[in-house]
Amino acid sequence: MIDSKLRIEDLGFVEYSSAWEFQKKIVQAVAAGGPATLILCEHPAVLTLGRLAKPEYILASENELKEKGIRIIRIDRGGEVTLHAPGQLVVYPILRLAGHGQDLRIYLERLEQVAIDLLNDFGIVAGGFPGQRGVWVGSRKIVSIGIGVKKWVSFHGLAINVNTDLALFQVIRPCGLLVEMTSMAQEKCGAIDMDEVKTSFLHKFQKHFFPSPIHE
Amino acid sequence: MNEVFLPELGEGIKKATVACWHVKPGEMVTLDEDLVEVVTDKASFCIPAPKTGRLQNILIAAGEEATIGEVLGIIGS
Repeated sequence: MIDSKLRIEDLGFVEYSSAWEFQKKIVQAVAAGGPATLILCEHPAVLTLGRLAKPEYILASENELKEKGIRIIRIDRGGEVTLHAPGQLVVYPILRLAGHGQDLRIYLERLEQVAIDLLNDFGIVAGGFPGQRGVWVGSRKIVSIGIGVKKWVSFHGLAINVNTDLALFQVIRPCGLLVEMTSMAQEKCGAIDMDEVKTSFLHKFQKHFFPSPIHE
Repeated sequence: MNEVFLPELGEGIKKATVACWHVKPGEMVTLDEDLVEVVTDKASFCIPAPKTGRLQNILIAAGEEATIGEVLGIIGS
């Protein structure tokens, strides 16, 4: 059961820029007192650069990116360069953080915990990595995280590699790191049902952010 | 005169880097309008203008680090 305090918007497969325009509208609505909203989606291959992203973390040439059909977008979130691609579940929680501790570190940790619990549902043991954000399976990164906050309303969020084509990550140095990326499909040696991942995400998110006595 | 402070962002967060100013010195800014954006570990945080007025001074420029409570800029009347 999803709490009525939480609105779910599953955009399906959507261009990054369209989802971004949608996010901005929802941020305004939530800042004005509207219900907290979770936007779920998948994007065509795109590189997004956070506020302080260094262009040298893009390893491929412009031509290579063009050939692969990967666009580059600079955005207002923390973090470095990130790749979104089909098969990756992207979640943008738009929440008034005042009601959730008003603390960026606590919020990031709670988001990571949602992903860790979700992965656990699928039999994947994941956790943090010393000195790094995101969620990791050993030394392989499976979930990237990067948020923006305006008037203490959150936007952007996390990207979970479900069935992502991991070869695409070779065009960047994810988050400025020399890391191996992984996906749920890679860890489980088989394709994962995206709808099941979404359901699990909603369940875990609800548990960590909107716990109620009747829940679990 | 009003100072624009780097607010408390969370437990254990002592510093943030100014990512960009949305307003140039000398320009007018309206109360609550996006003024300056700071970044800390994986989070970008937008600080709104604390009052309507002219942005007089930028004390911490884009790319520079500030500690919590530090004055980032000054808005004149």
